[in-house]
Parts: sequence; C-alpha cells; structure tokens
Amino acid sequence: MSADTIPITIELAGGLELLFDNEKKFNIDLPTKTKDGNAANINYLVDHLCVHHMKDTRRDMFEINGTVRAGILVLINDADWELEGEGEYELQPKDTILFVSTLHGG
Amino acid sequence: MEKFSLGSENLDLRIRIAELERELADYRSGAVANSTTNGHATHGLDGEDEEDEEEEELPTPEDQDDKAVRLDLDEFRRYGRQMIMTEVGLDGQLQLKRSKVLLIGAGGLGCPAAAYLAGAGIGTIGIVDHDLVEPSNLHRQIMHTVEKVGHPKVKSIISSLKRINPNPKYIAHNYALTPENSIETLGKYDLVLDCTDSPQTRYMISDACVLLGKPLVSASALRSDGQLVVLNNPPGEGPCYRCVFPKPPPPESVLSCGEGGVLGPVVGAMGVLMSTEALKVLLSKADKKKRRKPAHLSPDIRPADAKDAPKKEESLEQKKFYMTIYSAFSDTPFRTIRMFGKRKTCQACSPVATITKESMRNGSLDYVAFCGGKGSGKYPPLTKDEVINVEEYSKLRQNKEGGLLIDVRDDVQFGICALENSISKKFGLNRLPLA
Ligand SMILES: [Zn+2]
Repeated sequence: MSADTIPITIELAGGLELLFDNEKKFNIDLPTKTKDGNAANINYLVDHLCVHHMKDTRRDMFEINGTVRAGILVLINDADWELEGEGEYELQPKDTILFVSTLHGG
Repeated sequence: MEKFSLGSENLDLRIRIAELERELADYRSGAVANSTTNGHATHGLDGEDEEDEEEEELPTPEDQDDKAVRLDLDEFRRYGRQMIMTEVGLDGQLQLKRSKVLLIGAGGLGCPAAAYLAGAGIGTIGIVDHDLVEPSNLHRQIMHTVEKVGHPKVKSIISSLKRINPNPKYIAHNYALTPENSIETLGKYDLVLDCTDSPQTRYMISDACVLLGKPLVSASALRSDGQLVVLNNPPGEGPCYRCVFPKPPPPESVLSCGEGGVLGPVVGAMGVLMSTEALKVLLSKADKKKRRKPAHLSPDIRPADAKDAPKKEESLEQKKFYMTIYSAFSDTPFRTIRMFGKRKTCQACSPVATITKESMRNGSLDYVAFCGGKGSGKYPPLTKDEVINVEEYSKLRQNKEGGLLIDVRDDVQFGICALENSISKKFGLNRLPLA
C-alpha cells in the first residue's frame, strides 16, 4: 500500500449513481496531494471523480464552481459535510463519502 | 419496572372500559338524555354521499384545546392495541383525538401516511390536492381504486379513509396550495405533512410552517430512494427546509416520479415513516403529568416550558438533527445521517429572516422563479417549430420522409418500446426542456 494515495469509499444515492454507470458504491485510491501540493480535500475529490470515474458527460450535474452543485448532500462518514468543514475537509484513510441527490418526488 | 407500570396502565384502561360499558348500558336504556358523544361516528361507511364535507369550518385551535375530549367504548376497543403502549396511553390517545393534521398531497406519500393517521385516531385530518386520480397512480397511491379514476384525489382518499376509520373529521381542500392561500390553509392545523412532489412547493410549505410555528414532517421519493426529515420541530428550534437546502437544485436536475419513475413500496415506506414521525410529534404534546415520559423523549427535547428543562441555549447545543435516507437496492438500505441543523442566516427561520406572512399572502414571493422556473436551465427551450407531434411524424414516415430517427431515451425506456428503425443513442438523463 502506497502512502501516495488514500483509500476511501465512495457511495452514491438519490439517482447520482446514474452519472457513474449505476455504481452505487466503490473504493478508490485518491492521491494524497493535489498537483499544487495541497492535502486532498473534498473539492479535490469532486474533481477527481468527475475526471476519472464519472461516465455521464454532463459534469455540471455533479460539479459547479469547483464543488458539488446545489441539491447534493455530502456526508462524511454519515455526517453532513458542513459539520466537518465542507469542501475544505481533508480526507482521511478509510473515510466513506456519500453523495446524495435531494429528491422531490412523492 | 416497565412491567409494573405497563400493568397498572392496563388496569386503568380496564377500569375505564368497565365504566364506559356501564355508561353505554345506561345510555341504551334511555337513562342519559342527550349524551355528549360526538355524533360523527354514526355516519357509516357510505363516503360517496358526503360530498359537502369541505364546507365545514374548522374550530380555531383555542376552542378545541379547552373542550374536554373523551373516548367512547368503541374507541377504546378500536385504539386499545396502541393505547396500551407506554408511548401512547390514555392521554396520548386523547391528544391524538384533539390533534388536527394537514396532509399536502394525496399521492404516493400521502396515501399511506393518511391511512395510518386515520387508523390511529387523529381527530381532524385535512388533505390538500387538486389532481384527479389517474391509472398511472394506482401502483403506489393505495387509497385510490380503479373506480375512482377521473375523480378528485381528495374525495377519493377521504372515502377510503372513512372505510378505515369513520371517526375522524375529514376536511377536503380540493385546490392547489399557493403562496397566497398557504397561510390560511395551514393555519388551522397543528402539524403538517409535506407529501408533495416539487422543490417549489417544498420551500413554500416550509416557509409557511415556520411563519405559523407548525412542525413539518417532510419526505420524498424517486425510483428506489427516499428521504425523510422532521423540520421546525420544536417550532422555532429545529431547522427548516431552507436550513437543510439553502439553495434550490438546478431545474434540469429535478425529476418527478412521472419522469424518473418510482417503485410503489419505496414511496409507500416513506409515507408510512412520515405517519410514525407525525404520531411522535403529536404524542410529545400529551399531558406529561398524567403519564410517564414516553421513551422516545429524551430530556433535551422536552418543550421549554417543562419545569426542569435545561436552559434553551444548552438544549440547542446538545440537540442533534437527523435525516433518514432509504436506498432500497443498497446493502444498507436505511441510514440516519446527522444534519448541520439551524442556519444563522436562514431566509425563513433565523433572526435575519426576510420572509413574512405578508410577503406570502400578497404573492410577492415567487417560488417557481426561486427554483429556476420551467425550462430555464442552460439549454434554451425548444420552439414550436422544432417540435413535431406523433401524427405528423407518422405521416412523414409513411411518405418515406422520416429522416434519421435518433432515440435519446435510456436503454430501459428504449427496451419497453421504440419506433422501428430508430437508433438508440442515450443522452444522459435525457431532459430536453420543452417550451
Ligand atoms: Zn431555516
């Protein structure tokens, strides 16, 4: 296991899995540092997912202005990301990050 | 200890039942003239004929609270199985009977939620919906039946609910909720259930609940996923819908059940959970002096007026807010996630809020525009000239002028039916906004 990557689990729900070829859960090895040498945070993860894992071409269904778009809840180990520093949260090994699209149907 | 207390409560109930049986015998023998029983239990099951129900005026909350509410023998028999629970008891049942609950939406969420609330003996149940029953509703909207297709949903659901329990007073609001009428409509109730299906109604209902100080049980579902959250609970302390979702989603990402599909039991499960949360909110208001504290009420969520309640700020500090999410095909279908809570800058519920009853009543709040409106996504809506209807296209094809037909729907929809010689080229979630 390399120290250059952090093993994390990604989960998708509320329809976001459709952007990722219907994968609801997968593990990734995220580079520890960004190109600029900063620690990998959620915003970096979002970009990484768009570039390497998203199958749908419409990036703006997931990412807008460098972070997740409105209408997506981000849960860091089952807690709202706003409790953890939002996009600035630095990922730790074995973190589970859940992206849930808010639903409106009834 | 649990056993002892449960036993004694049970005994109380038996004594009360015996008392009532005596009263009933007296009543039957004519010894008691003009008894105060509340008439509407005798309506019978022929819901069809009671079309005049919606004209009835609701008593103001003040009248109702002062009126002594009692249960008759049939009600003891009907509700006994839930009354012997520690969390309910006689006071809990009386509290349910005193309560007035409004369900907004008589669809996939509203049907099961209303069925259990009616069954539980809520005193007054109001339902808002302006739609008619359609065949495509029947796989999930379990209070509507084949013979009700084409009828107003509110009439259909109320006639079904009366067959479950004729006791509650049912109020039909056969119109669409708007910013202008929402304060008036919601104001007469104690608790609101948001069973609607669009972001704009969800923001509007939450705003009205905040302004009126009503707790709100909110749920939603799409495909195999559901979400459930209790908002503005207790009023003024819990987060509102805007606290949880300060910014609306981009319109092109919003799918209705009609567009995205939905599995019946998934939306049904969410509706059932809504009714449980509604009962919890209502039971928490029952008279604590007469019964032990329900197990689900931890000391930090008792109302501020309870004698030994912690100071308001402390209790807010400790209080955590959760959302339940359901993902039917996931390895862990039910999860409870911790939410951020009340937002200091919330437009609806914070000290710097800008939304007022007046701005709702006079219609100056445009929820459709706030949520991006229809067809205001990044793709311009198609013009009339760019759209062709099926009859016209069929004629073109007959004349061999059909051109190349590209079907942009997903594989599942293409698999269900497709036109001959069309080419499947799926286009993401394939939403082309129409003008
Ligand atoms: Zn708020």
